[in-house]
Amino acid sequence: MTPNERAGPAIAIRSLSVSFTTPEGPIHALQDVDLDVTPGDFVSLIGPSGCGKTTLMRLVADLERPTAGTISIGGLAPEQARERRAYGYVFQQPALYPWRTIERNVTLPLEVMGAPKAERRERARKSLEQVGLSGFERRFPWQLSGGMQQRASIARALAFDAGLLLMDEPFGALDEIVRDRLNVELHELWERTGKTALFVTHSIQEAVFLSTKIVVMSPRPGKIVEVIDASSLPRKRALELRETPEFLEVARRVRDGLRAGHAYD
Amino acid sequence: MNAVALALPGRLARGNTLPILVVSACFLAFWYAAAIWMNAGLIAGRSSGLDAISFAKAAWSLDRPLLPAPHQILWELKTSLFDARLGTPRNLFTHIGVTLSSTLVGFAIGVTLGILLAIGVDRSRALDKSLTPWLVASQTIPILAIAPIVVTALGSVGLKGLIPKAIISAYLCFFPVAIGMAKGLASPDSAQRDLMRTYAAGARTTLTKLQLPASLPFLFASLKVAAAAAFVGAIVAELPTGAQSGLGARLLAGSYYGNTMQIWAALIAAALTASLLVGAVTLIERLALGPKGARR
Ligand SMILES: Nc1ncnc2c1ncn2[C@@H]1O[C@H](COP(=O)(O)OP(=O)(O)OP(=O)(O)O)[C@@H](O)[C@H]1O
Ligand SMILES: [Mg+2]
Repeated sequence: MTPNERAGPAIAIRSLSVSFTTPEGPIHALQDVDLDVTPGDFVSLIGPSGCGKTTLMRLVADLERPTAGTISIGGLAPEQARERRAYGYVFQQPALYPWRTIERNVTLPLEVMGAPKAERRERARKSLEQVGLSGFERRFPWQLSGGMQQRASIARALAFDAGLLLMDEPFGALDEIVRDRLNVELHELWERTGKTALFVTHSIQEAVFLSTKIVVMSPRPGKIVEVIDASSLPRKRALELRETPEFLEVARRVRDGLRAGHAYD
Repeated sequence: MNAVALALPGRLARGNTLPILVVSACFLAFWYAAAIWMNAGLIAGRSSGLDAISFAKAAWSLDRPLLPAPHQILWELKTSLFDARLGTPRNLFTHIGVTLSSTLVGFAIGVTLGILLAIGVDRSRALDKSLTPWLVASQTIPILAIAPIVVTALGSVGLKGLIPKAIISAYLCFFPVAIGMAKGLASPDSAQRDLMRTYAAGARTTLTKLQLPASLPFLFASLKVAAAAAFVGAIVAELPTGAQSGLGARLLAGSYYGNTMQIWAALIAAALTASLLVGAVTLIERLALGPKGARR
């Protein structure tokens, strides 16, 4: 990457709209969405169910095509970005391949991309270490708890060192204690690596704790209500931050935004 | 030692052994009773004045009984397997070998064809639309019923020996394999597929890294059905007149000469061989997938 490209936005979304045709008529999943993500940002998408968070992520990942508008990822169209393996995607379910060990699940993207064996193992070791799963290389997915499986899927997204991480509610199915711990781990990881992240969640606390920017969305048609800046909070964060007045103030603004979004329909 | 002896009845009751033993004992008792009943007519003439025990003994030791007793069949099986010279037509192993070799050739052809068809149908919508109706239609032909005609017809165009039998076997096993494999190739969920898309993986990579491994449990389930079907196909293909060797020929010769013991011995040898065949597939499945079937 040249310094020039680094300076531009990591993701630039302009008047993006998507509608799905269904037997019951068209569904406007997203309407007129504009969003800029700066390199190194951690951006959370929050909003009620069905407001198009997953759809927005899938559009960025080129798993879905827009009806109108444009997306640029570091200057590339989503399709080109996907072909250059510019992002790592973490799905809501771990989506591990059950016949592969944890290590071979993590090396899967590297295998597809043709990395030599020694490098694959070395990278798998590193990214499993980053998510605290060292020592579980030889286990199979069904031998791990749900939280560990989700961490393995994050390790898999980290393995090929893409600059952009797209995470769709990765902790949605986990209990609060595990979730807290993974939040801290994810925050440290982001802090250490300086990656750009787009993150979907239903939890206000999680969104505020992790993000530099929080995007509040509303449904029918899905659109952005408000973009709340959380970079006033310290860059290095611990769970105790959640009790501070600054944190609660940002959380209140997110809650107000969500309420306002609901008032629209 | 003592602890083992004490634990044995408990272990018998909890495990599978006891139920299997009980069922087998009931089955044998029923068989012996049926042998008396069915063979009674054959000894009626010379049996006046026999008491019940001698009557039963007579019924269980006829040379050409309608229904041979289990021990007679076992004896016949032992003689034809181990006493007759190996490699001669009198030895049952010769016939098992003949049937098994055409089964295996047919199985290999059928499985390969089934897998290739499934991959083709999975890859191309056009192929799916044009081929699937034909595949289904192919199964409406009662191939077992017309196998003898097919074998005779193939013989008249110069295909003799192993090949026509293998063709019947292959015909019977490609369909279950194609169906199971197609289901397996379609089994990965949308997140598992999308994952491959995010890696910009092509159709070939998706096939080898995702679809083929995901389809193995499905494939092995169909392989067991296919192995049994291929074996039955080979036996039936041996029935037309002229077949000299093979379990089918042995069955036919037995019924032609009214040698019921030979028929039953051949039947049991066939059943054992079929179980071995399916057992071998199961063993390969274990080796390939691990004890848990590599999932969950
Ligand atoms: N492939 C599709 N076909 C038709 N409608 C779709 C499709 N994908 C999404 N939708 C619709 O688009 C809208 C937005 O869906 P989306 O999954 O993006 O919501 P979400 O914000 O991720 O919701 P949740 O929080 O429940 O995950 C919904 O009304 C959904 O029914
Ligand atoms: Mg969603």
